Order: sequence, then structure tokens, then C-alpha cells
Amino acid sequence: MITFSRQQLKIPRLQRPVYLVTAGQSKFDRAFPDKRTEELCIDAFTMAAGLLDISPAELKQYIHSCYYGHFADHFGDQLLGESVIHDRLGLDPLGNVGVKTGGATGGSTLWEGMKAVASGYSDCVLVMGWERMDEVPTDEGNFLISCAADKDWESPLGHIYTGYYAVMAQRYWQIFGKSEESFRRTLAEISVKHHGYARFNPFAQSPMKITVDDVLNSPVVAYPLRALDCCLMSVGAACAILCDEDTATQLTKNSKNKPLRIYVAAGSHTLRPADRLDMAIPLLPNETADQYKDLGERFPGGDRYPGFTGFLAARIAAYYGYGMAGITDPTTDLDLVELHDAFTISDVQTYEDIGIRPYGYGRDYVESGDCYHTNPHTGQPGKLPSNLSGGLIGCMHSVGATGIMQTFEVATHIWHRWEELHGDAQLWQKFNRVKPDDWTSLQVEGAKRGMAISHAGVGSHVTSTILMDPDHLLAKDA
Amino acid sequence: MSMFGQVFVKDNKYKIKGDFHHLTPNTPIRDADDGWKLLGVTNPRDMTYMHSYGGEAIFFESLSQGKLLATRCDNSGCGTRGTTYIPFRIHCPDCLGKNSIIDLTAVARKSARIHTFMVCERSGAFNLLDKPIKFINIEFDGVATILMSYLSLGEPKFGMRVLPIFKTSGPTFTILDLSWVPEGTPQEQLPEGFTF
Repeated sequence: MITFSRQQLKIPRLQRPVYLVTAGQSKFDRAFPDKRTEELCIDAFTMAAGLLDISPAELKQYIHSCYYGHFADHFGDQLLGESVIHDRLGLDPLGNVGVKTGGATGGSTLWEGMKAVASGYSDCVLVMGWERMDEVPTDEGNFLISCAADKDWESPLGHIYTGYYAVMAQRYWQIFGKSEESFRRTLAEISVKHHGYARFNPFAQSPMKITVDDVLNSPVVAYPLRALDCCLMSVGAACAILCDEDTATQLTKNSKNKPLRIYVAAGSHTLRPADRLDMAIPLLPNETADQYKDLGERFPGGDRYPGFTGFLAARIAAYYGYGMAGITDPTTDLDLVELHDAFTISDVQTYEDIGIRPYGYGRDYVESGDCYHTNPHTGQPGKLPSNLSGGLIGCMHSVGATGIMQTFEVATHIWHRWEELHGDAQLWQKFNRVKPDDWTSLQVEGAKRGMAISHAGVGSHVTSTILMDPDHLLAKDA
Repeated sequence: MSMFGQVFVKDNKYKIKGDFHHLTPNTPIRDADDGWKLLGVTNPRDMTYMHSYGGEAIFFESLSQGKLLATRCDNSGCGTRGTTYIPFRIHCPDCLGKNSIIDLTAVARKSARIHTFMVCERSGAFNLLDKPIKFINIEFDGVATILMSYLSLGEPKFGMRVLPIFKTSGPTFTILDLSWVPEGTPQEQLPEGFTF
């Protein structure tokens, strides 16, 4: 049984507040035969400067150190790719560092940037992430992704990451889904929702108007997961600028962007699910120990925690993040979330890990309609809309950029600029994409607080990035 | 004539023989929609790595001898003393002392059962297993962890009793030398090269 010490459970405390003032991203796609990675990074950076109504050269004057998220050197076939990008952005001789934590790379890069500002090392930092996943075909790409599993004990078993998630899906479905066909349809509904929201996002790679039956009839990859249950393989870049309060005020003085308070926390767990030892469920502020006492009776087999059905790293990232930001109940304290929907099943698992629903009841977040922009059952705004970008299933999973893309999306809602930045006809045209006739604004009205979850492997690293309008903080000293 | 790279160790140094890479020329990538203008090049690369199993080597060697090894922390000062690990852990994750190596074959034969599973229709490049691959995750009595492997015969089910089989003839010295079959499977049905 694993236990944690008081020192390990200390809520992180920043030396000074940190603000996100702008962000930007490139178009996302399966391949860019006509663009180098640096061109995509410059697209993202130029957009970030544009949202502040200043030139890229002016924005660069403020930057003091740089944090680059780029997971897979073997995909891009370029070691020290960070140095290439840093040079092409014209940011030498500033200090820079590469960050690699699998699918959580984007979130971890924000984590590093935040700490640099909070500590006083820098007043303004660039956080930039990208991935180049089009230098090999899909089967070879699946092999490269599987290298993130244990190379001696797991990767040789099929060299396919979906398989490593499918065993969790099977276990979750049989225990918490009670093997019900209705639960399988709920999983499919997540894919329908995310491909559907991607239709309104010009940056998104996989907009699709599909049905639950389309998902259930898509080819099996690793039963019970089908092709449309799985995230995308993408190319693209995203960036954010983080600052102290004085710099944030200066940089946003002529802009529609309001500086947003940012808190980032991180957790981890074993690379191999095989190694996960039993433990008591660590509790979030909206939970009590009593509520899980009879979990094994309600869901036979469900009392082995985290086993193959929970992500301890996500729970710990939420525990630290909620403590830092003063969140006591994510569903009431937050206005929207962007979750790491690598697979439909991991989306549901995450609802429970981060306390949107108790363990065993994740499906209710979808079935109640709470996760939608507009609740399909009531026609009213969803209680906590998720993945309005389309997420990893509909928008992109350009690994090093993903957590930053999610954070960009959350910020656009709090800035009340979602409609402007996603509805711009010129942008659709520039990306050579057709804006749908039924394009609908997904702006979450009155959004003040949001969160992005960035997740690696089968739960080896997870970060929680929380953004808040500084006039709507939940804790005075946070 | 080329020969695949081969390696042995002498005086704690790698001694290599054969080809560790193969040369293939680059070819241009051109744009069929724009006058076949140059967009890039292919970068072929075929290279052999040399990988040490270190303290886990005995585990992989033992598979070829029909034995399933695990490790256990026997440090009397450790809070998790007595915990048994498979996958094999060279050191205890708590006290970081060196674990004892134990033979888990009999325990596996007596108690192995499927914790979860999945049937994989696709694979990544370099996969050597026949598809569909039946991944299984296996629980054992008295073991704290759950081993990932694959079922060679039958259809997996939750709680199903399975027996380990070992590739003792023509072993690959990888985790693929360990597989599982349903309890009651006769020897003659085992895949080629495997024994109980």
C-alpha cells in the first residue's frame, strides 16, 4: 500500500503571481509537406503577438527565457530541435530548455515557464510546443509512439499504444460500465461531440459530422476501442507568453487580452500500468473518505485503486492544482475544461480522477449533458463544457503543442474572444478549410475560470493548468 | 555479402561483427499538383542497436529455460518488505535495496488469472506477433503487480485461469518468449517452439 508523507502532499506555493497574457497556434494537420517546423512555430508566435496588437519583434523584446516542448526526437528526426526553433525565432542568446513528458509535454512546458516567472528568474517567458509526426507513415508512427512504453516488457507486444489503453477500457467497461451496451454508446458519444465541435474550429484537423453508430461501426483498432475512439496523429505548434504582473500590465495595455492568472501543477505515476500498487484513493476537496468505502460492493472489482481504471497522476495534479487555485469543486468553480481525450475511455477516466464525477460515475458527465456547450436534454448551457476545441480526437494531438493548444482554447473563452478567433472567415480561407454553413459560436458566456489537463503515456505524467480572470479568483492569497 | 550485426562482450567491452547499418539512397519528394517541384527527400535508415538488459538479463535468459522469475524485497528495515514484483524490479522502489530473485513459475502455474485483456486488430511497424493479438494482464497470488503478456490460444475472459508457456526452442530472448494458454490446454496444441 502506497502512502504519502505530509511533505509530499504540501500544496505548491508560488513566490509571486504569474499571468498568461497571450497565446497562439498554427493550423493543425496530419502532414505539412510544404512547411518546416519553424514555419509553424513562427505562425503560432506571430498570432500571439497579433492578439496583443504588437509586432513579433516588439514581443520578443520582453522575453527573458524560453521553454520548448517537443516530445519525440525520433519522429522529427532532429536532436536539439529546440535550438533550431530558438535560432529561427531570433531569440539567441537567451537561455532555453527542452521539456519532454510524452503527451503531457505541452502542460509540463507551461509548468516550467510558470515556475521561471514565479521564482523571479524571468519576468516574461516564451512557452512553445510542437510536434512533427508526418516524417513517417502511420504504422511506423505507431511504432515510434509505442517506444514510450517499456521497451523490454511492453513495446514488443504489438508496438501499438492503443492496445495498452484498450486493456484499461476493457476493465473499466466491465467494472464501472457493467458491460452495458449503453456505456459503449456513451463512449461513442464523446467522439461524436469532439469531432462535431472541431467543425467550428478552423485550426482543427478532423471536423466530422458523425453519429454514435458511425463510431461503433468504425474499424476495430484494439477491441473495444475503434478508430473513431482514438486521437489524431498531428503536426502543428502552439505557444503562450507568461509574465509577472508589471509586464502583464504593460503588454496588454492596448489589447483586448486581459492578463489571466495561471496555476500549473503536475503529478506522475508508473510508466507500466503493471507496476501500480494498491492504495487508498487520495481525496479531492469535494470528496469524503466515506463515499468510497463501499465502492467494491457497488462495482465488484472496482476497489483496486488505481489499478487499470484510474490515473493517479491526474488525481495528484488536480489535488495540487485545486489547492493552489482555491478550487473546492471543479464543476461549480470552473466554467469550462479541456481534457486529454487520447481515447474516449481515458476522457471518462479523467472525469473521475479530477473530481468532476466520483469514481464509478464518469459516464454521467456525458449522459447528463453537463459536458456540452449546450445541454442536448435541456437546451440550456452545459454545466461544465469540455473540449470545445474538438480535443485530441477532433482538433489535434501534435504532442508537444497539445497542452498549450488546450490552454489557448480556455484563454479565448475567458478573454471572450472565442468567436472572433474561430469565426474569422479569412482564417478559414488562409487554412484552405471550408467554414460550415451552420457554423456556431461555442463561446462560453461569462467564462471566468477554466482548466486544461495534459496527460502522458498510460498516465505517467499529468498536469493541470488552471486559468482565472484575476477579478474572479477563488482564494485571496492564491 | 552483408551480414546482420552480431555482438558479444569480452572484457566488459562490446565486440561487434557484421553490418550495423544498411545504406539506401535518398529519393526526392515532389509536388504532383505543382509542376513536380521539389518539396523534400526521403531519409532511409536501417540500423541495429546494442541494448543491455543489465540486472534483468537473468529474467530473459530464464524464459528460454522454462522459468518465470520475479523479485522480492527482503530488507528487514523496509516498510514494504515481502512485496513481490513482476515485472521484475532489480531494486525495491521503497528502500532502493537490491531485491531477491525468486522463481515464480509454480505460483504462476497454480494461480495465474486474467485481470483484464483486449484483442488488437492492428499493430505498429516491427510487430512480430500474429494478429489479432490477445493482450492479457495477469494477476498472481501474493504478487503486488499485474503482468502484461499475450494469450496464444483461446479467447480471453475476466478471471480466466491461464498457464505460462515458454519458447524454449529457438528463443528470441525477449518478452515474446513468455506466453499463456488456458488451463487444460494439451502440450501438442502449443505454438511451435513453446513448452510448459
